[in-house]
Amino acid sequence: MIVGDSKPLEEILSMIEGRDKVLVLGCRGCVTVCNVGGEKEVGILASALRISRKKAGLPPTVEEMTLERQCDPEYVEELADVAEKYDAIVSIACGVGPQFVAERFRDVAVFPGINTTFIGGALEHGVWAERCQSCGNCLVHNFGGLCPIARCSKSLMNGPCGGSASGNCEISPEVPCVWDQIVQKMSAMGRLQELEQVWPNKNWLTARDGGPRKRVREDLKQ
Amino acid sequence: MKAGSNLEKMLSAGHFAVTGELGPPQGNNAEEVRHKAGFLKGIVESVNITDNQTAVVRMASWAACKILIDEGLEPNYQMVCRDRNRLALMADILGATALGIKNVLCLSGDHQRFGSHPESKNVYDLDSVQLLAAFKKMRDEKKFLNDKDLDGSPEIFIGAASNPFADPFEFRVTRLAKKIAAGADFVQTQCIYNMDKFRLFMKQAVDRGLHEKCYILAGVTPMKSVGMAKYMAKFVPGMDVPESVVKRLQSVDKKQQAAEGIKMAIEQIEEFKQMDGVAGVHVMAIEWEHRAKEIIEGAGLLPRPVVD
Ligand code: SF4
Ligand code: SF4
Repeated sequence: MIVGDSKPLEEILSMIEGRDKVLVLGCRGCVTVCNVGGEKEVGILASALRISRKKAGLPPTVEEMTLERQCDPEYVEELADVAEKYDAIVSIACGVGPQFVAERFRDVAVFPGINTTFIGGALEHGVWAERCQSCGNCLVHNFGGLCPIARCSKSLMNGPCGGSASGNCEISPEVPCVWDQIVQKMSAMGRLQELEQVWPNKNWLTARDGGPRKRVREDLKQ
Repeated sequence: MKAGSNLEKMLSAGHFAVTGELGPPQGNNAEEVRHKAGFLKGIVESVNITDNQTAVVRMASWAACKILIDEGLEPNYQMVCRDRNRLALMADILGATALGIKNVLCLSGDHQRFGSHPESKNVYDLDSVQLLAAFKKMRDEKKFLNDKDLDGSPEIFIGAASNPFADPFEFRVTRLAKKIAAGADFVQTQCIYNMDKFRLFMKQAVDRGLHEKCYILAGVTPMKSVGMAKYMAKFVPGMDVPESVVKRLQSVDKKQQAAEGIKMAIEQIEEFKQMDGVAGVHVMAIEWEHRAKEIIEGAGLLPRPVVD
């Protein structure tokens, strides 16, 4: 899923300064699962904004709404009748949400209430970690199912580098060296031999380096 | 001969080779490069010129290499994958060989997180192994990575680094083998302090016959003080400084520690001269270029043989 982090309240307050009617807009997708942008978090953020703005003598009108998904025009359309009445819409969906809302409603000012951080998963309750950089050409099967692109700090395909120590990456003892894990895993599977080959240069055209990406599925298009 | 560099000639003639190292300044002071180079002239085959070492911005390695050439020294152009993509890497090797640079050392490069601009974007379009293969292809096939012909021939003696002390240890010799398969003509190791581990590493390398496919130079950095030893043990990633090294430095008076460090480096080199598979030493007297001669001379490696 896409994982995000709430922006500090102060930052959101200053973004919407001078705007009277505010809508906090949540999403029931990934951000609900990672507890940062669902209905519950909409309620929490909205009341925090109300309290702070009231204290500061500002108009405390902050309304709440949560869409099924903000990355789908069908659901964004639900805002059609109400969007124009707000001076600010604070979207707490991933980075797609604010953009879809902004693109649909020309005259509405949209603000991101969270920082979209990575594609990852929950290691345990309250802990998430990055797993994929959406390079557009998955090759994890060659590396014991672990991704050297997203998880090695240098995206090395022929690791581990000389900084790998005691299972950790040279950038921090808090960051596991995925190449250490790749070697252990391939070794445990009796496939270490496969890592002897020199992995050829990656074609980054399918990644963000090739420009913004778009996918068209003719079979699904109407 | 791949490039006919002094280093290549010395190694292929079977001499125990000596290389040095010089870090360009954090500025454009050419005089400082010349000054440091002066200490290394005539005592080493060639001098590694670091490339934004430890991710701190410095004078471009290729430019400092050119200053060395003008001073009558031979440089080893270090190149890291952190700061440029495949276009820039290929362009730089063409430019470097055009300027008369004949040795290159291909590295991944330290992560920028602890460097002078931690907020920068890192590149890592290629990794160090892929970079070796790229330069080998350019030299031997006279082709770019896209298989198109290039004009001229970038004759270059290609080097790689190897850290026998990083983890997982059991994969270290394999990674060295990969670098050789990709194109390394010579290899310089990380500075060695844990001799037991290095002996084991060399034995594994020799068992695989790697020393016959590539020249392996053992890395030596003299300890200046107990403080330096402790710092390296604790804070430098991939560095293995055994307690015995620290103890030995502690056993002498503070004023004698530097001399003791040099003595230890000399003893190490004496052992490398005898060690199966070791073709030379890479003396990295970091910000201590003026003491390099003492070490090399002390190890009985001066005057340097002349080859042509
Ligand atoms: S190889 Fe690419 S697609 Fe696969 S997990 Fe890594 S970044 Fe994601
Ligand atoms: S220590 Fe491991 S994860 Fe970190 S950069 Fe090196 S190979 Fe990649």
